[in-house]
Amino acid sequence: MLILFGMPIVQIILFGFAVTTEVQNIRLAVLDPSNDQATTEIIRELQANTYFGPVMYVHTTEEANKAFLKNKADIVLTFEENFQENLLHTGTASIQLLVDGTDPNMCKILVGYVSNILTTYQQKFSVSDRTKTQIIPHVKMLYNPQTKSAYNFVPGVMGLIFMLICAMMTSISIVREKETGTMEVLLVSPIKPLYIVFAKMVPYFVLSCVNLTTILLLSVYVLGVPMSGNLGLLVAISMLFILVALAIGLLISTIVDTQVAAMLVSGMILMLPVILLSGMIYTIESMPVLLQYASHMIPAKWYIVCVKKVMIEGLGFSAVFHEVIILFSMAVALLTVSIKLFKDRLQ
Amino acid sequence: MAAISVNKISKSYRNIRALQEISFEVKPGELFGIIGPDGAGKTTLFRILTTLMVPEEGTATVNGLDVVTDYKEIRKQVGYMPGRFSLYQDMTVEENLSFFATLFGTTVRENYDLVKDIYQPLEKFKTRRAGKLSGGMKQKLALSCALIHKPSVLFLDEPTTGVDPVSRKDFWEMLRRLKKQGITIVVSTPYMDEAVLCDRIGLIREGEFMRIATPQEIIGSYQEILWAVRSSKMSALLAELRTFEGIKSCFSFGDTLHITVSNEQLLPATLKSILENNGHTDVDVYPIQATIEDCYMLLAK
Repeated sequence: MLILFGMPIVQIILFGFAVTTEVQNIRLAVLDPSNDQATTEIIRELQANTYFGPVMYVHTTEEANKAFLKNKADIVLTFEENFQENLLHTGTASIQLLVDGTDPNMCKILVGYVSNILTTYQQKFSVSDRTKTQIIPHVKMLYNPQTKSAYNFVPGVMGLIFMLICAMMTSISIVREKETGTMEVLLVSPIKPLYIVFAKMVPYFVLSCVNLTTILLLSVYVLGVPMSGNLGLLVAISMLFILVALAIGLLISTIVDTQVAAMLVSGMILMLPVILLSGMIYTIESMPVLLQYASHMIPAKWYIVCVKKVMIEGLGFSAVFHEVIILFSMAVALLTVSIKLFKDRLQ
Repeated sequence: MAAISVNKISKSYRNIRALQEISFEVKPGELFGIIGPDGAGKTTLFRILTTLMVPEEGTATVNGLDVVTDYKEIRKQVGYMPGRFSLYQDMTVEENLSFFATLFGTTVRENYDLVKDIYQPLEKFKTRRAGKLSGGMKQKLALSCALIHKPSVLFLDEPTTGVDPVSRKDFWEMLRRLKKQGITIVVSTPYMDEAVLCDRIGLIREGEFMRIATPQEIIGSYQEILWAVRSSKMSALLAELRTFEGIKSCFSFGDTLHITVSNEQLLPATLKSILENNGHTDVDVYPIQATIEDCYMLLAK
């Protein structure tokens, strides 16, 4: 019943809000060597726009790159030198837009916003000057120069697959024992519930590790996603995430009594939120604040961030330390709760 | 010391009382039958005794161990065969047996003697999946699995339900042999005819024991005049006898009707001629020995 009536509500809310492709509070960094009237006016225009947050000024290219790498800026604008001069005399001036290409959706939106504002300004400038001028934005995608969507969906699919295989399969396999009555016989035996739980988790852990291998091989050799970071680190983080997913499956199995319910609950609380809230399809930054908080609860979100950072951006452990800690605490908390909740009686 | 001692146990599901202050004792090595229809509370009682459920009120011990506090110890000592087939359907016969042996920290070889008689007919199917066995075979396998760790007390919840008559007979034969080995057996069944095969039985109805005694005692204490009646039109006969003056009760028992007679003047021959006058043909009326089912019906009234 809960599923019947709860599902549409959750779906409407999630789709309704998450699907909005607006991005807000864009963190903009500006490198402005010319610092003239035209650039100041463009920056002012950008700042006046509600989509952009406060502008961060950087002074060297290195600084700009650093701000970007440390995830302090979503987009870096670099004006060319003598911007206004060029614009007035040659009629063209260029701006370099540096964006993170791992998320092509987000990328397109950001570039779209900036180009819009530039076009408006350009028209204003032309009108006041009565000459035809042109501002040319050069977009540079970091990490994903060809905006291949595989760069975005491979980490997402990895998160989804592990969540599904581990959580759904573990929960179903335990609930099946309840349904067929074998759990009854298992319980009336000296075997400790902890062993039953581990015996259920180990095969799916191994299975998922096999899947991890195939996914990585496919994405690197077939889809051409780079393996820029440390493979060992990626595997370790994946295993941690698999553990989280297994624990979730275990938790579900302690709550529900039938395989159908296990499936629905897995679908409800795993599939949809993972797809919608993990940043796999819709950018988290563009969601309402409430949903952004909700997305923090989704383990897959943290995992996907890790995979992007390690696999595509090639960052090291220190870059994903925060996410790993979160995943680790989730694993510990979920495992403790589900083992505590695992009933060694029928009711 | 009693093998099982149950003291005023109650259990309800929501607002349905499944068990109401049940008390009984089972002696070591006894074959104790719990007889009653579906929904009488048999399975609930088994689940409490096998530590799968906690009673709301009352206490119970198995081998002197409390079912609530010492449940871990009890689980090592008892064998349990649930009402529905609870083995791994997609594992083979042999795999199931060795799985359960391993579960209890023993091996098939170690306790093979105990299950030999039961398991032998299954040997030729040992590579077949458990789910593909016939009903009787499944029960034999389930019993083997419940016995493989040499339990001192065996709980069998409706082991013969859904099993053909020949296999049922076999099954009870096996239970008698197990009893000889000193294993205490508690078995439940909805089939009243199986009751006489137990040492003692408890007749359960709506969560309460109506009577606990040996089958012979229960039959012996039956005081009513009991006849069997048969004619070619059974349903008309049942309706007629139920309203017949001088007949206390009338129940359908297979191909005959069992009636208890309150009018001591009435004779079988008299009843026969009355029925024949009323248009019944092939009428047969004769006194019979009470069965457990007759006793149950009388007590349940």
